[in-house]
Amino acid sequence: MDKRAIVGLKVAVWLACLAPLAKLGYHGFTNNLGPDPTATVTHATGFATLRLLVISLAITPLRRLSPRLSWFVRFRRLLGLFAFFYGCLHLLTWLWLYSGFSVAAMADDLAKRRYIMAGMAAWVLLLPLAATSTNWSIRTLGGKRWQALHRLAYVSAILGVIHYWWIVKSGVRTPITITLVLAVLLLSRVVWWLRQSDG
Amino acid sequence: MLIRKSNAIPSSEITPKSVYLNRRAFMAGAAALGVAGMLEPHRAAAEATKLQTVNSPLSTPGLTPTSYKDITSYNNFYEFGVEKDNPSHNAGKMKTRPWKVTVDGLVKQKKTVTIEELLSFKPIEERVYRHRCVEAWSMVIPWAGFSLSELINWAEPLPKAKYVQFLSYEDSAIMPGLFQINLNWPYSEGLRMDEAMHPLTLLTFGLYGEMLPNQDGAPVRVVIPWKYGFKSAKSIVKIHFTSDQPPTAWNDMAPREYGFYSNVNPNVDHPRWSQKTERRIGASLFQQRQATLMFNGYGDQVASLYNGMDLKKYF
Repeated sequence: MDKRAIVGLKVAVWLACLAPLAKLGYHGFTNNLGPDPTATVTHATGFATLRLLVISLAITPLRRLSPRLSWFVRFRRLLGLFAFFYGCLHLLTWLWLYSGFSVAAMADDLAKRRYIMAGMAAWVLLLPLAATSTNWSIRTLGGKRWQALHRLAYVSAILGVIHYWWIVKSGVRTPITITLVLAVLLLSRVVWWLRQSDG
Repeated sequence: MLIRKSNAIPSSEITPKSVYLNRRAFMAGAAALGVAGMLEPHRAAAEATKLQTVNSPLSTPGLTPTSYKDITSYNNFYEFGVEKDNPSHNAGKMKTRPWKVTVDGLVKQKKTVTIEELLSFKPIEERVYRHRCVEAWSMVIPWAGFSLSELINWAEPLPKAKYVQFLSYEDSAIMPGLFQINLNWPYSEGLRMDEAMHPLTLLTFGLYGEMLPNQDGAPVRVVIPWKYGFKSAKSIVKIHFTSDQPPTAWNDMAPREYGFYSNVNPNVDHPRWSQKTERRIGASLFQQRQATLMFNGYGDQVASLYNGMDLKKYF
């Protein structure tokens, strides 16, 4: 992959990552967020978070398929940081639109509702990853330790999927797609590690 | 205009659909159209979807109805899919004529009644009701129908009958939702007899002065305004009288989350969210949230049905 192609692709990935926000902004300004705008914003930011997180976890298994795909890794940080960005917006919908910034309402929700706990835990786990996303952090921590830390992304994604299952109505199976995709991505790592240790 | 107490002009003639879409336009246009409606009394009859309605003292005063568009495009009708916009896209395939409702169980004699007979059974009243979903959103809907008690009296239930069960239409050929969620189909709901006989409990055929669109439960449904929306069974094909509490769809699926009574109650949380507040459909993003009222604001009329009952236990 030559440098110009990478730059072009990065621009494309930026635009794709900003698309959910742009769509919300456009519909917000044109007063077109649907009958239940709170739900529209909450679902859009939540889906963006989970999808970007899962896509970022697809980079490593995909590039292991062929050495010629090694340039994929240059997009991982971008995807991960956008996942964190949408996670922050999603959290903000809860703080603002659902709780009205009322500490009592939030404390009540957090104590009583496991889907809130799971979602909050998923967001908290992304914090150290976002904070150590720079090249300087990788150098300072050392590659091995940095990599170990960033495996928290697996836990965060799993918690995100659990959060999704816990909020949909019992019997509704819509979270199945993202669950299967994440399962395949995590299993591919297990297979890789097993093969490595065999060798 | 919709909540006038006494007026000879049927609302069906003064509120064409395009006008519902915008409350302001509606307010401005209603007066002029009202005159036109009186001059052309046959126009409404010519359109099959129009209903002749009369005003009702049981209508809730002082409410601004949610737009026709939102009421007919934001639906929970799980037979037609689990997303809010699925029913408006999928329910058109349901044939609502001919339609029969069977009344059986603990009744003097099993009866079957056609939708045409039901529609001409009693005057159709317009009743503006608050509508509160268990998912913590709400609407205001100008329903059209008559009290279910009228039909129950006609059905002549036996003294042993203590509950009424409603069974909804089921057709796997046109209902993708039957495969998306494993509720016990067909959809079943039920009421205690005194709840079913309460004058607010409405056997419903229309909204905004027109026949119900399919996605809102055509051709006949019940509306129980002090209970969460899922209690108000849609597209009813059977009304069954029993001595024991009938099985009901959501209560069977998750009894911890959906009680048999499911009265709107801000003091009893759903296990997964608070019921203290609700999001009013159609309001702007930062003005959606409002307080939820006990019995959805119908406590004066219905609280006595539950005297002595622990509503935290019988939620």
